[in-house]
Amino acid sequence: MIPAAFDYYRPKNMDEVIALLQEHGDDARVMAGGHSLIPMMKLRMAEVPHLIDLQSIEGLKTIEIENGQITLGAMVTQHDLIDHDGLAAAVPILREAALQIADPQVRYMGTIGGNVANGDPGNDMPGVMQCLDAQINLAGPDGPRTVAARDYYEAAYMTDRADDEVLVSVSLTAPTGGYAYEKQKRKIGDYATAAAAVQITKSDGKVATASIAMTNLSDVPVWSEEASAALIGTSCESAALDAAVAAMLGDIDPSEDNRGPVAFKRHVAGVILKRAVTRAWDRA
Amino acid sequence: MSDKMHIKLKVNGEDKEFLAEPRELLIYALREKLNITGPHVGCETSHCGACTVTIDGKSVKSCTMFVAQANGAEITTIEGIGTPDALHVLQENFREHHGLQCGFCTPGMITRATKLLEENPNPTEEEVRFGMAGNICRCTGYQNIVKSILSAASEINAAKEAAQ
Repeated sequence: MIPAAFDYYRPKNMDEVIALLQEHGDDARVMAGGHSLIPMMKLRMAEVPHLIDLQSIEGLKTIEIENGQITLGAMVTQHDLIDHDGLAAAVPILREAALQIADPQVRYMGTIGGNVANGDPGNDMPGVMQCLDAQINLAGPDGPRTVAARDYYEAAYMTDRADDEVLVSVSLTAPTGGYAYEKQKRKIGDYATAAAAVQITKSDGKVATASIAMTNLSDVPVWSEEASAALIGTSCESAALDAAVAAMLGDIDPSEDNRGPVAFKRHVAGVILKRAVTRAWDRA
Repeated sequence: MSDKMHIKLKVNGEDKEFLAEPRELLIYALREKLNITGPHVGCETSHCGACTVTIDGKSVKSCTMFVAQANGAEITTIEGIGTPDALHVLQENFREHHGLQCGFCTPGMITRATKLLEENPNPTEEEVRFGMAGNICRCTGYQNIVKSILSAASEINAAKEAAQ
């Protein structure tokens, strides 16, 4: 497996990165951990004449937690997310989700930035970020810009990010209440057949707020406002779970592939959402 | 065709310099440029883990890294872990517990296991299985690999206690 030839750049700061992107346009791509891009380049599904490696850019590897505000640099790896006890205390769903991504070797290289930026429907963090209502911070020739994760994804591999912009970090407010990231996959390392990210807060024994996002069940992650609303005021009893599942099923649009036909995926999505909501509720 | 790059690596403690196209995968640079053939090419799609090496303290599948990305890095391969005359404790335990049959996956298994035990010196069986999940073996059914690693862990810990 030999990818097409490319020129390799390892710039030291973001200005150089943006200058390279402006100079080479469509022919340039930035690379974080490379664990989505390199496989695509090896298969020649992606041709990148100018490859810009972000590994030497200062300040992209930081995890900041301050007054409940979290900022995760684009080059923070899945391993870093798992390894950071302060982050696991502040946003436990991140560790739970990251542990379900790929395998140990891939988690040392795979980054939050790459996972979120790419727009691959199989990636897990986009759904998690939508569930958490995270903000995506971009740098570009016209300065920094922020987009809500819930508005970022347009279609498979198509996002709101312009070709000359770079995802530099994601930021979010530490959630309260219970959480769960539940993922059905065929084997370790596989993308989800279906996965659900859930955050729930409880007040007087009832659901006060809920946020539900689904992974790999459409060409974009699906934050289901109606499924979230279906839980509010309930105690996540069976009828409430059924209502949330019915609402979620109205929002997803899975397609048939080697993980199964559409009917199977819809079935699995329901099972996974019920498990996720139940676990989040128990933890709330 | 892009120009060749001047690549510098420190592999198993030795400085190496060579020319390579940036697109060359690290596994091929190791095997074909440096004649370090312990890391194997299994699936070549970052699934099997036979090509696992340690790069700047991380277990990495060297089929999913361009040699250009590794430029400047410190790399440990199975060649840097024990010698035929003085096996590493993991190697000794793989032999003792029959943790290999055909041996193809073993360099990746042992290289990954060294890092796993560094991070978690006292793993449970479940933690060993989870920590080794990026390495596939088609012979052993994993039972004896898990046994080998658990046994190596207790030997290392016993030696540490004795030293104290």
